[in-house]
Amino acid sequence: MAKDLNAILAGFGGQGVLFMGKAIATAGLLEGREVSWLPSYGPEMRGGTANCAVCVSDETIGCPVVTVPNAAVVMNGPSFDKFVPKVEPAGVIIVESSIVSAKVCRDDVEVYYVPAMELAEKHSLQGLANLILVGKLLAATGFCKMETMPDVMKHIVPPRKAHLIEKNFEAVQLGFGL
Amino acid sequence: MSQRVLMKGNEALAEAAIRAGCHHFFGYPITPQNEIVAYMSKRLPKIEGACFLQAESEIAAINMLLGASAAGARVMTSSSSPGISLKTEGISYIAGSDLPVVVVNTQRAGPGLGGIQPSQADYWQATKAPGHGDLRVLVFAPCSVQEMVDMVTTAFDMADKYRMPAIILADGMLGQMMEAVTLPEDRGRQANNKEWATNGHAGENRNIINSLYINPDELEKIIRDRFARYAEIEAKHTQHEEYALEDADIVVTAYGASARVAKAAVRDARAKGIKAGFIRPITLWPFPKEAYAKAANTARSFLCVEMSMGQMVDDVRLAISSKVPVHFYGRPGGIVPAPEEVLAEIEKIAGGMN
Repeated sequence: MAKDLNAILAGFGGQGVLFMGKAIATAGLLEGREVSWLPSYGPEMRGGTANCAVCVSDETIGCPVVTVPNAAVVMNGPSFDKFVPKVEPAGVIIVESSIVSAKVCRDDVEVYYVPAMELAEKHSLQGLANLILVGKLLAATGFCKMETMPDVMKHIVPPRKAHLIEKNFEAVQLGFGL
Repeated sequence: MSQRVLMKGNEALAEAAIRAGCHHFFGYPITPQNEIVAYMSKRLPKIEGACFLQAESEIAAINMLLGASAAGARVMTSSSSPGISLKTEGISYIAGSDLPVVVVNTQRAGPGLGGIQPSQADYWQATKAPGHGDLRVLVFAPCSVQEMVDMVTTAFDMADKYRMPAIILADGMLGQMMEAVTLPEDRGRQANNKEWATNGHAGENRNIINSLYINPDELEKIIRDRFARYAEIEAKHTQHEEYALEDADIVVTAYGASARVAKAAVRDARAKGIKAGFIRPITLWPFPKEAYAKAANTARSFLCVEMSMGQMVDDVRLAISSKVPVHFYGRPGGIVPAPEEVLAEIEKIAGGMN
């Protein structure tokens, strides 16, 4: 029985945090687990801060609202300030360090600094920083099997971008291997 | 067994409605229910003989439902709180004409334009006064994406059976969130050969759909007959969920999205040794009065949790004839309460009882 994931993914609108959540939830779905994906919506999606809460569990998801996450990926300053203090002890925090320069001042959590945007540029994966971070989250929490990920990409990449499925998976692999 | 898919509540409900044979949809955009209208606008034009129409207003849309339903079609509209207010006149006319329709309210905060975040402030409107006059409408309260799917099918069937409007009272959280869901088989268009329908009788046995009765004796009889149907529904179709009630001192109750939060808090309270239990009304009308009355025989207090200043709490007090205290915890304005907040309330009540 795999551990439950109660994750918060947060950043600016346009960084792809909702898509990251969809990738994680779809992985859970494909592995036959229970999942929920709860987005912020409204003005937040239009350039402000966006976030989504994703739960993956072997049991029915009780409350899809995640107030004490066991994992958080923060992709901008406001999200760092808001969510870093909320992560439960022994939880995982992944910081997009190409954007956030602050350091986590807690010693009871597992922290990874990933300069995802820079890595994406360097590896010709422009626009896929979000999936590099999903790869890192997978490595840190094991929310699904790596073998499931190619199938996840086939499910969630829209048809008009089907040619990017391979690139999307490459980004996850890159993050996973960091 | 069909495959599970990941869908937003609004979209899953729309797809389920189509599969329940609803091929007529009239609506108008408003956040946070837009995905229903958008989904219908994509799917229905591809089905032969189906009709999607974006009306010029919510008022127009609800009156198009009246017309389509009178002609025997299985028909739906959706909106969010301010838009539902506009539809209430039409809902009353539809109830007064004994027509089956389904209305979805993906609630947002009010009053007025309020806000666009999830809310449960339309409980009174849905259950007490969905329009003027002596009337009831069926009110279903889903608390998961799967229930958004399952209830829309039930709502259509019940509305048809009892010839009355049904409301699905959801909220922005249920509409916007995605969960794994199993969709029902497609039943195809439901035949519009209802014996009362005004679908063309060419001179013989004409049907008339009307809500105007000038003669009070005639109208009184019609209303009494309608209320006899309502009584049958109350007796046969009240639904609720119970959890850990056997030895519960404190019964926590909530519907819809806040029920997910409240139930999580009840589990946490149990883990701390507090004897908490849980009741969730699945139908808000008819309201599961007996479940509350029974729980009040053993429980020492109740806690009603809502995303409002307290509306369903009135019905809980009535259901138990105020036999024991009914406490309230709510977050209005578009805020979903956190399980910790509800747990803190449960602990406060438990502390006060000892």
